[in-house]
Amino acid sequence: MSHKEDLALMAHLMRRAGFGASHDDLERCVAQGYEATVEELVNPTEAQPGGDMATMLRYHPSFLLPGGTPFSGQANWMYQMVSTKRPLVEKVALFWHHVFATGNSKVDNCDQLLEQIQMFRDYGMGNYKQLLIELSKNPAMIFWLDNNENHRDAVNENWGRELLELFSMGVSNYTEVDVREASRAFTGWTISAKPPRQPYGRFSWKFDYREEDHDDGEKSFLGEVGNFGGEDIIDIVCSQPATARFICRHLYNFFVADEVQVPAWTIEPARDEDALEQMMDVFIESEYDMKAVLKFMFNSDFFKNARYSKIKSPAEVVAGTLRLVGEFQFPEPGILNIGKEPTYMGQSILDPPSVEGWYTGSEWINSGSLLARVNFVADRVANTDLPGVKKILDRMKSDGVKTPEQLIDAATEHMGFLQLSDETRQQLIDNAQTDGDLDWANEAAAGQRIGETMALIGATTEYQFG
Amino acid sequence: MTSTKKDPVIVVLQLTGGNDYFNTVIPYDNPLYYDNRPYVKYDRDDIIKLEDTKDWEQPLGFMPQMGPIKELYDQGKVAVIHGVGYKDSPRSHFRSMDIWHTCEPDKVGTEGWAGRVARELDPNKENVLTAINFGHGLPRALAVPGVPVAAIADLSTYGLLTGISNQDQRSKALDLFSRMYSPTVGGSFVTDYLRSTGTDAMVGADIVKVAPERYSSTVEYPNSPIATHLRDIAQVYFADLGTRIFYTQHASFDTHAGEMAGHPMLWNDVSQAISAFFEDLKEHDASDNVVMYLFSEFGRRVHDNGSGTDHGAAGVSFVIGDQVKGGHYGEYPSAKNEDLEQGDLVPNYDFRSDYAMLVEDWFGLDSKPIVNGSFEKLPILK
Repeated sequence: MSHKEDLALMAHLMRRAGFGASHDDLERCVAQGYEATVEELVNPTEAQPGGDMATMLRYHPSFLLPGGTPFSGQANWMYQMVSTKRPLVEKVALFWHHVFATGNSKVDNCDQLLEQIQMFRDYGMGNYKQLLIELSKNPAMIFWLDNNENHRDAVNENWGRELLELFSMGVSNYTEVDVREASRAFTGWTISAKPPRQPYGRFSWKFDYREEDHDDGEKSFLGEVGNFGGEDIIDIVCSQPATARFICRHLYNFFVADEVQVPAWTIEPARDEDALEQMMDVFIESEYDMKAVLKFMFNSDFFKNARYSKIKSPAEVVAGTLRLVGEFQFPEPGILNIGKEPTYMGQSILDPPSVEGWYTGSEWINSGSLLARVNFVADRVANTDLPGVKKILDRMKSDGVKTPEQLIDAATEHMGFLQLSDETRQQLIDNAQTDGDLDWANEAAAGQRIGETMALIGATTEYQFG
Repeated sequence: MTSTKKDPVIVVLQLTGGNDYFNTVIPYDNPLYYDNRPYVKYDRDDIIKLEDTKDWEQPLGFMPQMGPIKELYDQGKVAVIHGVGYKDSPRSHFRSMDIWHTCEPDKVGTEGWAGRVARELDPNKENVLTAINFGHGLPRALAVPGVPVAAIADLSTYGLLTGISNQDQRSKALDLFSRMYSPTVGGSFVTDYLRSTGTDAMVGADIVKVAPERYSSTVEYPNSPIATHLRDIAQVYFADLGTRIFYTQHASFDTHAGEMAGHPMLWNDVSQAISAFFEDLKEHDASDNVVMYLFSEFGRRVHDNGSGTDHGAAGVSFVIGDQVKGGHYGEYPSAKNEDLEQGDLVPNYDFRSDYAMLVEDWFGLDSKPIVNGSFEKLPILK
């Protein structure tokens, strides 16, 4: 592989396993090798801290416990996506937020939602079985799916059903009786008395197991009989091949290539059945170790060959662009608004539309959201005051970028080694041709031209893919 | 024969944050108002009394900053709908707003009522501007998968690649964009979809930019965000672009603290803006086919907290326009202590009845699939 091809592949990995990387970072990663980079992503060291919470909270103390003000909560998470040195941890948290979709529209408590996201950071790359147990005890989830209303003498099936339907096996792999029995096993898994809300703040919720409210009777679940509790149900769920298939298909859909929407999974075959089966094998053999399956996936050929086969989610557009231009590496003023940007593009983080999460792929695109994406990217990459953009200009200058053709190709590389169709590339070159060669004698004008060129590249259909 | 009757148009003005009903349409003779509001109340003398209610058991008045709305009221153009809400209010802004937007009080809904109306009005998606939100992003009320809805934060700067300040460069850029997004043969489904959506977005932005150019008016709008949004709405409406649903909001009515400073300011902005808007409609002889609908996601607690009021339940909605039979509808919920729930006025009128009235009597559509059920309508429209 040529060096350029190595860089392009690395850009793909960093986009999928994170939120993109600068040209310098890509050079560094290529120097250490592809597999070593996967290793670094999956097992970050002390030298790769997460988002700098201490600084953020020093300037924005309200972001710690945003309570009833979701914008602060969204800004908190967006800042971490933008500034983290362990991008895969944040990306995996976003993955689980898509799958275990929990929304502020009902929870109305951003403190608890951020706690849930932290739990995804802590457990999201560990063992999936352990993660499901943590999820079952997660206060935001318990309230979101009414398990606090699930009593020994009055079973509420909301959590029991979604655990099977949306969080593990997928529909048509269990019966209504199984839903009922699973729900019985989770009776008594509740949150300690929820004090009334204050006008602005929220009291924190805690998991509480109430033995006296737990139905300890015999249950018959997926062909097994016993006095099951919640952990037993999770054990049985995890031993089902349907679970491995469902979770791996989610991983494929999120990290590799856009699948059809989840409700169609029982009808439509997988996009790449062979890849899915390989992932399932690794997942099952490793006893549901997320790291094992992630590592396998990122190192596989089917991943490496899946470039630009996903529409970027709004969170990816926003975090990826901000990382590219080097904005908000520090919690500067204006940070409150960056949490709202994905909302303008149709993805209100911490507030998915329902427990089914977001419809992804082409569903991200409508006329309003596309306009918001194009304008957001254009305003950033054309701003030559931003540190990341400055770096790109310096690099282009020292590389001697001059002709329209060189300009388009260099800008395309700096924006993540984008693969433009021949037609688009030619249209961009033709457009650049009308202004002739770059004139570095007038550096400000050259910078502005490069910025506007990158804005146009950000406006292509190709750039909507990640 | 072609009809000269213009298509009905609606302007939804959302009062975000929970407007204090008890302090907006005030039962000024009721001692319970003064008992419950040691701090957060308007002076009896300042309240704008509604003469036509003076013989009622409980006469009513508008809060002092609603003078301009009172003028419209006196012309018989304002319907006041009392006690609006739904059962078991969660008293959460976000949940409550969601319920209002999706008409789903018991589960999390995904389709917005106004978006559904847009789908019915333009089933073949012929006009990318059938429904427009004025403000950032889309409220869930307008969000329905596959229904094109425009969101205009600021009409004067709306468009694609507006950051490019040099006009020549920008028109070159837009020209390039339209070529890059023009349909091709043999593209993938997703790319084709992206291209047609990009073209829609650009066409919409292109059409809408004529609105400020064509607009001229002697009406001076005040300088407030809501006045700017309503002026933008007037411009797009006068430009005759086929928009049927205009949506906007004003915030924040969440007056937990300092209500007697904030609430008058909020209503001052809203009243002045509405007054300018209707004056503008009159000047352009275009008020016949417009109704404006005002709502808030809930009312506020009856008893004040010393500085403001906390989240409550029942609220008030307004319908304003030439085609409105002005006056009062429904019943002011009792403020007697024994009639309150968790200290709040109890809603006695379902918000979906408002929507059903607008959907059926204004737009002439079947309301059932839009508001998720059958609800009694009030005879508010002529």
